[in-house]
Amino acid sequence: MLTSRPRWPALLFILGLALLLTALLRDLHFGNAPMQVGQAINGVAAHETGAANVVASVLLAYRGLDTLGELAILFAAATGAGLVLGIAFRNGNGEAQAKTNTEPPAGFILRKGADLMFPFLLILGAYVILHGHLTPGGGFQGGAILAAAFFVPQLARPSSPFNERTAHWVEALAGASFVLIGIAGLAGAGWFLAPLLGTGSVGELLSAGSIPLLQLAIGLKVGSELAGLMIALHGPKET
Amino acid sequence: MIMAWVALACVVTMLVAGVLVLTQRKLIGAIAAASVVSVALSVLLVVLRAPDVALAEAAVGAGLSSVLLALAVRRVGAVDSKEDT
Repeated sequence: MLTSRPRWPALLFILGLALLLTALLRDLHFGNAPMQVGQAINGVAAHETGAANVVASVLLAYRGLDTLGELAILFAAATGAGLVLGIAFRNGNGEAQAKTNTEPPAGFILRKGADLMFPFLLILGAYVILHGHLTPGGGFQGGAILAAAFFVPQLARPSSPFNERTAHWVEALAGASFVLIGIAGLAGAGWFLAPLLGTGSVGELLSAGSIPLLQLAIGLKVGSELAGLMIALHGPKET
Repeated sequence: MIMAWVALACVVTMLVAGVLVLTQRKLIGAIAAASVVSVALSVLLVVLRAPDVALAEAAVGAGLSSVLLALAVRRVGAVDSKEDT
């Protein structure tokens, strides 16, 4: 990859960037937040939203619309990656190259490890999603764990079943239910993604209003989306 | 003070692994080094008391993105090339 071409433009660019960043950092004192929003939210989040995890309350209550945008970005990225990389590559003769069939079968440790890990990964993913409003974690992290749980068996046994149609339905319904919860808030309280169902008592599993429902929707959507993408990229594909 | 040493070890690991990403000849090795950067970063985030971000970094940065990169490298057929182009 490394060429002997002179890299003066890159060096100049790095120097300029360093100058810019030092000029910015000179006026910023380490550890002093210039804005007061964080302290304000820290003070009122627990009793306004009922979520013991302040990060979840910011993600899904104060900034729920941004999270919806994040989901849309992830969806667009996964769609683009699946579109570009999911097609079978063809050589000059127009026949698909069989490069996915040349790999050796998975070894003993991978197969047994995948069997062992699968239920534990499912439980961990469900725990991280459902306790997102109480402990660190939430829909995105738990969804990634769920996606890994469904991908590891595919890695061990490429022929093991994975119903892509079901995954697509789960993804679509979860994404739609996020928007529907938002519209229900619009109808009930007057603005999109308004908290519903009351806050409950802070620290209990069934509390924080609609935040656990939103976490569940995000987790299912991210999990099925990433699992579908990885399995589409992994398996040999006929077009 | 033990936390400061853990943070220092994380930063040094990240820097070394980051340089390794650039100097690795094989793409799979570079992806593994990038994954090491993410693991060290997630430990650093735990030390900095941001467990939410640490979970996301460990699950997405170290796990899924490395798998996606490796799958993409295999998909475009760059994994078996012996010579560097």
